[in-house]
Amino acid sequence: MTLLAVKGLSISFGGVQAVDDLSFEISRGRIFSIIGPNGAGKTTLFNMISGIYHPLHGHVLFDGQNITQMEPHLRARAGMSRTFQNLQIFNRLTVVENVMVGRHLHESKAILPHFLHLPAVQRANKACADKAHELLRFVGLDNQAGHVAGGLSYGALKRLEIARALASGPKLLLLDEPAAGCNAIETDEIDRLIRVIALQGVTVVLVEHDMKLVMKISDHILVLDHGRKLAEGNPAEVRRNPDVIRAYLGIGAEAETEARHAPG
Amino acid sequence: MPASRSLGLLVLTALIGVAPVLFPSVFYYEIGTGIFIASLVVVGLNILMGYAGQVSLGHAGFFGIGAYAMAIGPARFGLPSMLSILAGLAVTILTAWVVGRPILKLKGHYLAVATLGLGILISMVLSNEAQWTGGPDGMSVPKFELLGFTIRGSRMWYWTSAAVLLIGIWLALNLVDSPTGRALRGLHDSEVAAASNGIDVARYKLVAFTISAGYASLAGSMAALSDGHITPTAAGFLHSVELVTMSVLGGMGSIFGAVIGAGLLKALPQVLTFLHDYEQVVIGAIMMGIMIFLREGILPAVTSRLRSRAP
Repeated sequence: MTLLAVKGLSISFGGVQAVDDLSFEISRGRIFSIIGPNGAGKTTLFNMISGIYHPLHGHVLFDGQNITQMEPHLRARAGMSRTFQNLQIFNRLTVVENVMVGRHLHESKAILPHFLHLPAVQRANKACADKAHELLRFVGLDNQAGHVAGGLSYGALKRLEIARALASGPKLLLLDEPAAGCNAIETDEIDRLIRVIALQGVTVVLVEHDMKLVMKISDHILVLDHGRKLAEGNPAEVRRNPDVIRAYLGIGAEAETEARHAPG
Repeated sequence: MPASRSLGLLVLTALIGVAPVLFPSVFYYEIGTGIFIASLVVVGLNILMGYAGQVSLGHAGFFGIGAYAMAIGPARFGLPSMLSILAGLAVTILTAWVVGRPILKLKGHYLAVATLGLGILISMVLSNEAQWTGGPDGMSVPKFELLGFTIRGSRMWYWTSAAVLLIGIWLALNLVDSPTGRALRGLHDSEVAAASNGIDVARYKLVAFTISAGYASLAGSMAALSDGHITPTAAGFLHSVELVTMSVLGGMGSIFGAVIGAGLLKALPQVLTFLHDYEQVVIGAIMMGIMIFLREGILPAVTSRLRSRAP
């Protein structure tokens, strides 16, 4: 059963074809990874799926609905959630408030009760905070719940983004390089989190440079190169694919090493 | 509401209640009223600037609409005071909602210039449509009357404006700690993250703009009623700048900071009258000093220093 389908997607920036006539499908409940050398168009593809960029050609179908031109906040409502490669944290809010913002879709929007702090709003606030603490326990940050988010370590912020993205209860979770800049222990922790999330029935789409992580946890891998599909299949198939080997032994191998040694 | 905020409200209430003991003359009640009214505007402006992170250089325009409603309502439409206040609020909210929709798509300096234009437009209408507004000379404003009860005199306005300010602060504190408040504070830090969490960023900016316009309108109505007279300068550009300055000095993102900023800028000219010609120079120097040494604004800077000094 397909949750997300991408059909003939293309976008270019100033004459550079960042993503070129790309098509693929993502099945429900799977861990689907997108890999490729730097500049292959992975994050651009992510931004088109989550609505930050609009493609020049092609369609994105989510849960049977054409969402190609839909605004990001409506995609969130449709059941899509994401994290960001270059962290997008609400720095001045506390850690728990960051996750509470993630519950936005489940909260009442009527402003007058918010002004008056009616008992219903107080109860909803309490329930929202409880849920947020639960998610913080899941990612191991509950002991820092009251801290201002901007002061957390890089690895902690990566996990905070995952907790916030889960707060909406998404069908599809897009993780943009969740392990980038993380040390081995932090990467193992993120590995574990992704598996548990997938076990709970959430479809996970992963852009990641850490090949060990990708090969270990992915059900299905899409390999991009210069905005085109280079290969697709399960980890074993992708690993054997001669085109993939060529791309990675060329520019890719260096890019991967770079990413691993990137400072946190 | 967290304990620190309830405490803040309590302390402010106590200060307002005790201050008159020290007042040597009725004139001080007028200064107090001026501070409370300015504080009310800045508390509202802080929801837009401090929480949602959007600037407005046109809020005196909304203040002006609220103020002129108290003159035009009774004189041209025979409206009683309470209905005039509500009519002013309705016109303000409608204006903010309709004009805010296109201009809040702009960011930073562009938004500042667009709101500046809106404020200037409103003050131009107020000074040019003389058959409605009395032109540059302004209009007189009848006293507030509700069910045979009249608010008159500096003392009564001191207590009335204080009560309205405290209610305004209580509402703002509630809002900040609600889903709406979290959405506003979130989009301030990252619009893209807010949107991907389902927040309709454009709508919430508009909500913050409209709420803050409503505060300004209500404060304008009270200013007109307590002064008994209104001129177009109330809606002018300089007043808008003064309001933004109060917000920044006191500390954006801090509701009680708004009161401190407004209090400081209203009280300084009174305190420094003994300096005669040098008064403005000293006020300017104090403002620059605050921005250099307490950049986050008075209240946030002082509290964060006290906190870091505590063991």
